[in-house]
Amino acid sequence: MPAPPCASCHASRAALRRPRSGQALCGACFCAAFEAEVLHTVLAGRLLPPGAVVAVGASGGKDSTVLAHVLRALTPRLGISLQLVAVDEGIGGYRDAALAAVRRQAARWELPLTVVAYEDLFGGWTMDAVARSTAGSGRSRSCCTFCGVLRRRALEEGARRVGATHIVTGHNADDMAETVLMNFLRGDAGRLARGGGLGSPGEGGALPRCRPLQFASQKEVVLYAHFRRLDYFSEECVYAPEAFRGHARDLLKRLEAARPSAVLDLVHSAERLALAPAARPPRPGACSRCGALASRALCQACALLDGLNRGRPRLAIGKGRRGLDEEATPGTPGDPARPPASKAVPTF
Amino acid sequence: MCQVGEDYGEPAPGEPSPAPRPSREQKCVKCKEAQPVVVIRAGDAFCRDCFKAFYVHKFRAMLGKNRLIFPGEKGLSQDSAKRLRFVPGVIFVDEGAAFGKSLEERSKTLAEVKPILQATGLPWHVVALEEVFSLPPSVLRCSAQEPAGSEGAYKAAVDSFLQQQHVLGAGGGPGPTQGKEQPPQPRPDPQSLAGPPAAAQTGALSQLFCSVRTLTAKEELLQTLRTHLILHMARAHGYSKVMTGDSCTRLAIKLMTNLALGRGAFLAWDTGFSDERHGDVVVVRPMRDHTLKEVAFYNRLFSVPSVFTPAVDTKAPEKASIHRLMEAFILRLQTQFPSTVSTVYRTSEKLVKAPRDGPAAGDSSPCCLLCMCALDVDAADSATAFGAQTSSRLSQMQSSTPLTETQTPSGPCCSSGVGRVLGCGQGACRREDPQACIEEQLCYSCRVNMKDLPSLDPLPPYILAEAQLRTQRAWVLQEIRDCLIEDSDDEAGQS
Repeated sequence: MPAPPCASCHASRAALRRPRSGQALCGACFCAAFEAEVLHTVLAGRLLPPGAVVAVGASGGKDSTVLAHVLRALTPRLGISLQLVAVDEGIGGYRDAALAAVRRQAARWELPLTVVAYEDLFGGWTMDAVARSTAGSGRSRSCCTFCGVLRRRALEEGARRVGATHIVTGHNADDMAETVLMNFLRGDAGRLARGGGLGSPGEGGALPRCRPLQFASQKEVVLYAHFRRLDYFSEECVYAPEAFRGHARDLLKRLEAARPSAVLDLVHSAERLALAPAARPPRPGACSRCGALASRALCQACALLDGLNRGRPRLAIGKGRRGLDEEATPGTPGDPARPPASKAVPTF
Repeated sequence: MCQVGEDYGEPAPGEPSPAPRPSREQKCVKCKEAQPVVVIRAGDAFCRDCFKAFYVHKFRAMLGKNRLIFPGEKGLSQDSAKRLRFVPGVIFVDEGAAFGKSLEERSKTLAEVKPILQATGLPWHVVALEEVFSLPPSVLRCSAQEPAGSEGAYKAAVDSFLQQQHVLGAGGGPGPTQGKEQPPQPRPDPQSLAGPPAAAQTGALSQLFCSVRTLTAKEELLQTLRTHLILHMARAHGYSKVMTGDSCTRLAIKLMTNLALGRGAFLAWDTGFSDERHGDVVVVRPMRDHTLKEVAFYNRLFSVPSVFTPAVDTKAPEKASIHRLMEAFILRLQTQFPSTVSTVYRTSEKLVKAPRDGPAAGDSSPCCLLCMCALDVDAADSATAFGAQTSSRLSQMQSSTPLTETQTPSGPCCSSGVGRVLGCGQGACRREDPQACIEEQLCYSCRVNMKDLPSLDPLPPYILAEAQLRTQRAWVLQEIRDCLIEDSDDEAGQS
């Protein structure tokens, strides 16, 4: 049967149905609607004021590619300027290909690109080296922990180097939904209390971070990339299969099959959670070593690196944390500085 | 498990290796004398009597810790602490009509249930779900809480059998309270002696449930109607509390399910120990500390009779509803990470019943028509997930097709920003789209559920009547708002 006409312009033939509403649209109208919604998210949440220098965390993957493309289309409307910041974790065979994609994008869009490498920032530690170090003690899963923390630090550093005022990442609605599921399953009350909002306003000298794509479902991001013919890198990180987030992701897929609006319903739930004051993380101070945001003497990045350097990679994870500073207090549950074990997704 | 505060890749803390099976020489960990018969948690073996004591102690501790059942009593003596000083009744809701069971099947089930109810020695009531069609609209109004002590004679609790009682007896047990009170003369409720419910009502109920498109919405609707019915019965017979037999496992599953349904704002009420959203009748969950395994073993060891009745989702495939999915997921994850359920439970204890911020907060904040929680959506939600749905309406609205209910997941035309954009007044909405007007009285998750109902007409009349009443009241208030003097310092006169 012939395709129905686009429900928006009524002129062209519809090329897709929006996953959320089932509405039939042509490619151009869908992309326009998608961009309009991202614009609305940014404006309604007052995420990026005019004049902001926005550092886009670009991994070469579909989310950050779409994010950069949409923001670039919206820059005249928003009055912002964009900088691409890519992080090289030093994962052989994976990150090199992804970075190549980012470089192509930067060239095509004529956006300035800065690459920050773990190796330079963190005393020669690449993710492969971290994985080797942690694998020796039989916990290959925890290398995702390191990556998450270090990446956030690296992104912050890269943003500072280019003089950015805001950091944006490409987290979509599915990521947010997975995160809230994961935090409940792992009992991370601290993170539950903090997350679910519109990103962080940037306290204690950290740059404000936000996620303009946070109400766009993953399918729509992929659809957008398809219709705009964007070139991105689509392989999964080699360390990802071990992460706990995989369970949450699997659950989310099934929930979505049972009820298409499940993703946004979860995001709505996450926004409305009310946790007891005791569960909320304490006011953060500054790391004694690097001055970054930290809720104890050392920030998590310094703590993790310390452990690596001492040859005791578990030092800052779990109960091993006690060995870190000799007079340390026992770790409180729901430590906000502890990131979830995840595939290369920075903590919010 | 990958749990905050634990080392990755190691087994549960405190154990160097998986718990050794209790050997024959091992004694009960409590009395250290008798042979253990059951293993609870990770390796604690209990003998029969110690298990019973443990189980009952947990039950009593949960009640006592929350001080809810005896609000006015002070200075419980040592003796009286041993006895639960209230007289519960038991209620059974016959839901057979909702999933098409014939009258014979239902009377067979009732014939099995009645002896159990009688054997408890407590006043019992049997009520059919069809009776929702004769409920008054006042059921949906939150009555003010009665002052403590005024119902001294009637400080009673109603045990509610959960419909889904599996063979191992997962439902609410009269077990712990058996034999601990002065049993009054067991007298059946006169209402339950009446014959089977009117056929018209049965037909209306099955029509309602057949019209619901998804199993998820069916389950939610069933729960809502059952709650209203039990609420009404409790009020009619002067009960101030309703106890349900939700175990720790079920509540963990319920919490995750409700999260996925969009009820994040109400988790504390849905899964906490006490739920006072109805005002005068409080829903209490005293078994929330007991795992399903403990309940099952208790029922088995002490021969607590139970009846298996198929539920609306029996034999449904796993993917059929959010509830089924979540149950299967949690139970599966539990086998891999044995602390899953307790972790979720512990997190649920940290949830608080926070009032919604903003000018709508306070005593006069509107409640959802169906679930009676304070509404968690309003027009100011432009930067949230709810707003995201409404804004996508905006981009569709360019071609200005009239609102049909398939296109209305949320945000009807009246009070949301979209309505203002279209410039339609509330009066116009009232006349043209009663469905949208009902929707705006619902919380987010109830709205999503109602999407699966193609028409709201089969709903029981009390719901429609109350919705109409509220719409009229709101309209009247809107008319006179300019003249009212408000006490608050917030900017008045927002419309």
